[in-house]
Amino acid sequence: MTELTSLTIADARDGLTTKRFSASELAEAHLAAMEKARVLNAYVLETPDVARAMACESDRRIAAGKAGPLEGIPVAIKDMFCTKDVRTTACSHILDTFVPAYESTVTAQLWRDGAVLLGKTNNDEFAMGSSNETSFFGPVTSPWRRQGANTPLVPGGSSGGSAAAVAAGICLGATGTDTGGSIRQPAAFAGIVGVKPTYGRCSRWGTIAFASSLDQAGPFARSVRDAAILLRSMAGHDAKDTTSIDQPVPDYEAAIGKSVKGMKIGIPKEYRVGGMAAEIETLWAQGADWLKKAGADIVEVSLPHTRYALPAYYIVAPAEASSNLARYDGVRYGLRENGRDITDMYERTRASGFGAEVRRRIMIGTYVLSAGYYDAYYLRAQKVRTLIKKDFEDCFDKGVNAILTPATPSAAFGIGEKGGADPVEMYLNDVFTVTVNMAGLPGISVPGGLSSEGLPLGLQLIGRPFDEETLFSLGEVIEQAAGRFTPQAWW
Amino acid sequence: MSVDIATVRRIAHLARIAVEDSEIEKMRTEINAILSFVEQLSEVEVEGVEPMTSVTPMVMKKRADAVTDGGIPDIIVGNAPATEDHFFLVPKVVE
Repeated sequence: MTELTSLTIADARDGLTTKRFSASELAEAHLAAMEKARVLNAYVLETPDVARAMACESDRRIAAGKAGPLEGIPVAIKDMFCTKDVRTTACSHILDTFVPAYESTVTAQLWRDGAVLLGKTNNDEFAMGSSNETSFFGPVTSPWRRQGANTPLVPGGSSGGSAAAVAAGICLGATGTDTGGSIRQPAAFAGIVGVKPTYGRCSRWGTIAFASSLDQAGPFARSVRDAAILLRSMAGHDAKDTTSIDQPVPDYEAAIGKSVKGMKIGIPKEYRVGGMAAEIETLWAQGADWLKKAGADIVEVSLPHTRYALPAYYIVAPAEASSNLARYDGVRYGLRENGRDITDMYERTRASGFGAEVRRRIMIGTYVLSAGYYDAYYLRAQKVRTLIKKDFEDCFDKGVNAILTPATPSAAFGIGEKGGADPVEMYLNDVFTVTVNMAGLPGISVPGGLSSEGLPLGLQLIGRPFDEETLFSLGEVIEQAAGRFTPQAWW
Repeated sequence: MSVDIATVRRIAHLARIAVEDSEIEKMRTEINAILSFVEQLSEVEVEGVEPMTSVTPMVMKKRADAVTDGGIPDIIVGNAPATEDHFFLVPKVVE
């Protein structure tokens, strides 16, 4: 990393304000670093012309004293966010030539505040995956490697490209979407910070839908403060999304450095899953100890329905996906494969346009919603979801401010290592993160340390609805204690 | 519960996804693996529990029933694979 690409967003903001460097210089440094890092496959589309034009505009605004809160900050956007006149594909063949005529609300707010678009990042197809291996554009290689080895590792998923780009220093921050852990799990694997805000905090308008009652956009950054800066711009009410909350957006950055003294931190006993790796246990205990040293009270809590969250998720998410993805019919946009009649055209288009994992989830969703099975599967899963949410509410009612858990059951694994024969093996990666989506709560993943093989491990904090601020305060305590982690450049 | 080959074909047709004969058995195995994983939900006591219908308790907002946009047919059909005079073209559906 050169000096300019290793800055935090907060440092870059200072440098731009004091005119130590220009937004154009910052953009150029990143464009050069991106070119060198192409082997990672983190970007599916680089947008150097857009970046240069936006940076130039930023320099003009800075000179005029009209800089926005993110003025000149180069960011990467997951390819699930529609970007006007910039190809947006969800990393699927079915959309691989789609050029939106509109801008998603989240990205529009980033540009409103002065951010600069570097490009679109790779993800699992339609955000369905935990390793970024289901992308039509091929897997992303993590910038991290096991000590003394060069086995290519996954960056996690589904927002693998965004996580890898932030960790590799080829953007200062990035957006992701999180339906079952797709921000927090890759953040943990990449040794960076990732936030899934409360459901309703960020508008879903213009974000390609996977499972509408679970999807939520959030930031990736190299520090807790940077994540807070980004979320403030991304969040906010939007009349175009009826589930977006009509509440003011707090100044999240002001929560950084706030005392956590007297806060009650819950340790859920049900998260001690059988066969948990010893180093994950150690990390978890270390995290609790850091918070305790900062003055927080650590209490054991119970979330009895935890083990049912993942199976309920694998009914609810595919059901919603099968409905959302019905729109890809080869008529209004995207791929078309001709057939002998209209049904044949639909069937061929969807068989050829969707990859194996997406087809599998649409099929599961179709099955659990079909006549005769709806009550046994979908309705039951939605009832279990009520119970999962109630577990958290009971816990918060007892005065718990936040819950601490590991972010993932293991460190990053090798490309091609998991889920070959049994899709459930891959699904288990999200065992600690998925409960948060089911209950609509905010969660943050913060790096806690390195595994015995030298790979990052993350801690997750789960908060009360719309209390992201507490997560930023607590996350900062962990970051101060654990430090930050940067991969050795090998690319 | 597990699915047989005929059910896999039926689901694929409902989902409008063509499947080759050679893929069916693999698909059946994978779907059954997922169904057996979610089977554990049957042990949860859900008697009297309301299904979750809204993640955040809030009253559904309604907007005015008014035209707010329009006159952009070029943009509407801009990404379509086949169009004519601002119409989407599809294979013949009525004989």
